[in-house]
Amino acid sequence: MIRITPGAVSKPLESLKVKTGDWGAEYPVIEEEKCIGCGECEIFCPDLCIELIEAGMEKKGEKEKIIRVAKVNYEYCKGCGTCSVVCPAEAIKMELKDIYRGELK
Amino acid sequence: MKLFGSGHGACPGCGLPIAVKNVLEGVGPCFVANSTGCLEIISSQYGKSAWGVPYIHSVFENAAAVAAGIEVALKALRRTDEGPIVVFAGDGATADIGIGPLSGMFDRGHNVLYVCLDNEAYQNTGNQQSGLTPSGCYTTTTPAGKIMAGKQGQKKDMVAFALAHKLPYVATASVAFPRDIKRKAKRAIEFKGPKYIQIHSPCVTGWGLNGKQAIPVARLAVETGLYPLVEYENGELVRVKKVKERKPVEEYLKQQKRFRHLFKHPKGHEVVEELQKIADGNALKFGLDI
Amino acid sequence: MKVVRGFYSVAYSVRLCRPDVICAYPITPQTEIVERLAEMYANGELGNCEYVTAESEFGAASILVGASATGARTFTATCSQGLILMSEVLWNASGMRLPIVLVNANRSLSAPLSIWNDHQDSMAMRDAGIIQVYAESNQEVHDMIPQAYKVAEDRRVMLPFMVCMDGYKLTHAYEPVDLLDQEIVDGFLPAYDPPVKLTTKKPLTFGSYATPDCYMEFRVAMHDAMDRARKVMDNVFQEWAEVSGRDWGGHISNGEEAETCVIAMGSLAGLVRNVVEELRKEGKSVSFIKLRTFRPFPAEELRKALTGASKVIVFERSLSLGSEPPVTLDVKSAIQKMGIDVYSVVVGLGGRDVPRELVKSTIQEVLEDRVKPGLHFKAKQFEEVIP
Repeated sequence: MIRITPGAVSKPLESLKVKTGDWGAEYPVIEEEKCIGCGECEIFCPDLCIELIEAGMEKKGEKEKIIRVAKVNYEYCKGCGTCSVVCPAEAIKMELKDIYRGELK
Repeated sequence: MKLFGSGHGACPGCGLPIAVKNVLEGVGPCFVANSTGCLEIISSQYGKSAWGVPYIHSVFENAAAVAAGIEVALKALRRTDEGPIVVFAGDGATADIGIGPLSGMFDRGHNVLYVCLDNEAYQNTGNQQSGLTPSGCYTTTTPAGKIMAGKQGQKKDMVAFALAHKLPYVATASVAFPRDIKRKAKRAIEFKGPKYIQIHSPCVTGWGLNGKQAIPVARLAVETGLYPLVEYENGELVRVKKVKERKPVEEYLKQQKRFRHLFKHPKGHEVVEELQKIADGNALKFGLDI
Repeated sequence: MKVVRGFYSVAYSVRLCRPDVICAYPITPQTEIVERLAEMYANGELGNCEYVTAESEFGAASILVGASATGARTFTATCSQGLILMSEVLWNASGMRLPIVLVNANRSLSAPLSIWNDHQDSMAMRDAGIIQVYAESNQEVHDMIPQAYKVAEDRRVMLPFMVCMDGYKLTHAYEPVDLLDQEIVDGFLPAYDPPVKLTTKKPLTFGSYATPDCYMEFRVAMHDAMDRARKVMDNVFQEWAEVSGRDWGGHISNGEEAETCVIAMGSLAGLVRNVVEELRKEGKSVSFIKLRTFRPFPAEELRKALTGASKVIVFERSLSLGSEPPVTLDVKSAIQKMGIDVYSVVVGLGGRDVPRELVKSTIQEVLEDRVKPGLHFKAKQFEEVIP
């Protein structure tokens, strides 16, 4: 027995149950110390799986500033590498997943 | 609620989601009408929709008309405060099969933002040429053979087509410049009536790229003058993206498998020269060079 | 009672149904329907309704898909080439379960080009998931439109509804029509309240594609909706008879049982009924069946009406090239194993007149066993020659 809607109308954002994180051979690694929190990777990411998170406070003279760094949601990252290409601080490196390393041996 | 979500089925490195999410961020909650094509297939499988906005896909060539229907219905039902109406359609749906309904929507003056996602061929079905495929480009229906060097004829000028319909806002954009997409989408909906934005978006499989190449190649299309980023308001050219030290078109072409034959084929040189002329013409017409 | 032309009886009735969006593209002989509606719109007689002039029938149907999905009550009219041009979108609309109501001013199909009447256009849409009812007179068309909305919008149905009226024969004919009162229609037809619609308040995805693991179920669900429509239509027809005082019958309308039954649809019904009555007076065992609903096909009702019959004549206004005409096929399918001989008689294609004598002699031939069961074309003798 399956349940279907009249006219194949779908509910919103049910794509979230599709975990595309296992698609790619590579995955991005963000070097937090290099990340300048500019958000370039977030705005480019085609899989909407990078967001800027607060990683502490920084003193700049008199003012305190929130330090933001990029964080990848690996559940959805397809490993396309776009973030690594657009990062102006070269803070994102693409690395081969372990399972693929195994095959190369 | 997110307007467009993860878990969609786009190829790694596809430009379309970059365009879509930035348009949606620019306009906010809205109605989306989508033509059949790449975007529809990656985002609207039954029970796996990636959309957080009301979305409708009808058939290949009618997204402009469907959007017009939404607009008049909202008017009749006194619900115009619910949000703007956006069309996402591919280059084939826009410039070829759906050009009649598109002209009708423009002509009747519906308050709709039409976004053409231009990956320069029918990529959903595996790279067949469309009216927006550039000259000399390899596609499966314009292959490079003994006598032919890819697509004959030029890329259709849909900006001119939109301007000919006296649209209040017409622009081109590129996924290499997502902040510009967002700004243009936001600007577009400030105008009443039909708006047209054409966004250049690389197809990793159709163009023969790996995911990491997509954005640099899209950037080169702008930096060579082949894909000028222009913005018209009420028929006047108001902004262009200037290019510092414009690069030769070869630099753009050589990175893509779809143009590789041009550097071996007897007619290739002629085509490359032709494309360079187009880029030079764009630079002159729009004052691209700094 | 007022003497009006067919298109006015349509436009007037559409107005009373308070549609939200009307969209059409002109085509002969439908044009004056949309012209009358355009006039009403220009004179502010359509309330909040938006009237849109599309760039083609394809565009018109597409605009109505968007409007209907947004929750609007919609109307269009077309025929012939226009209906065929709409067909891609109409198949899509039924699959999306959008209750668009349209009037088809039945006209033949090209080539050769012909602007005159037959049923080939609507019959080509047989399998599109659209309810089809054929009207005999302009009063019936006038009455059918509110009923069409009520059936189409019923949550057990949710399918497009096409009211078929013969081009010229009805559209252009002057007939006395008892024009409905707004109060009657308002009392009969509630405002459209779809179970789902496009709205930013609840952002649903319309027009999803289906993979092989569920596509079939969506299509079977449409078939089930058509099945449910039979009963819904029966009830709506009955309710209409009560509120309007005009009983048009059910899916079929038939007389007494007889040895030979004659089936016809649309404007031909009046003439055939009249000829049958004359033959009955002459003592012949013959009876008339008017087929009103073509989709869903009223097989059960036909079986009942044909109990006791040994012959059935189907007057067809359409063809299925390379097979038997569509109504004949459905009739045969309905009465299989009943041992009834079927005479399929194709008449009046491309506006060819169907004179009384032709109808009478056709029935007499069958009554007197001068023809065999099977397919008969009432066409001239011809020979094809290369020019």
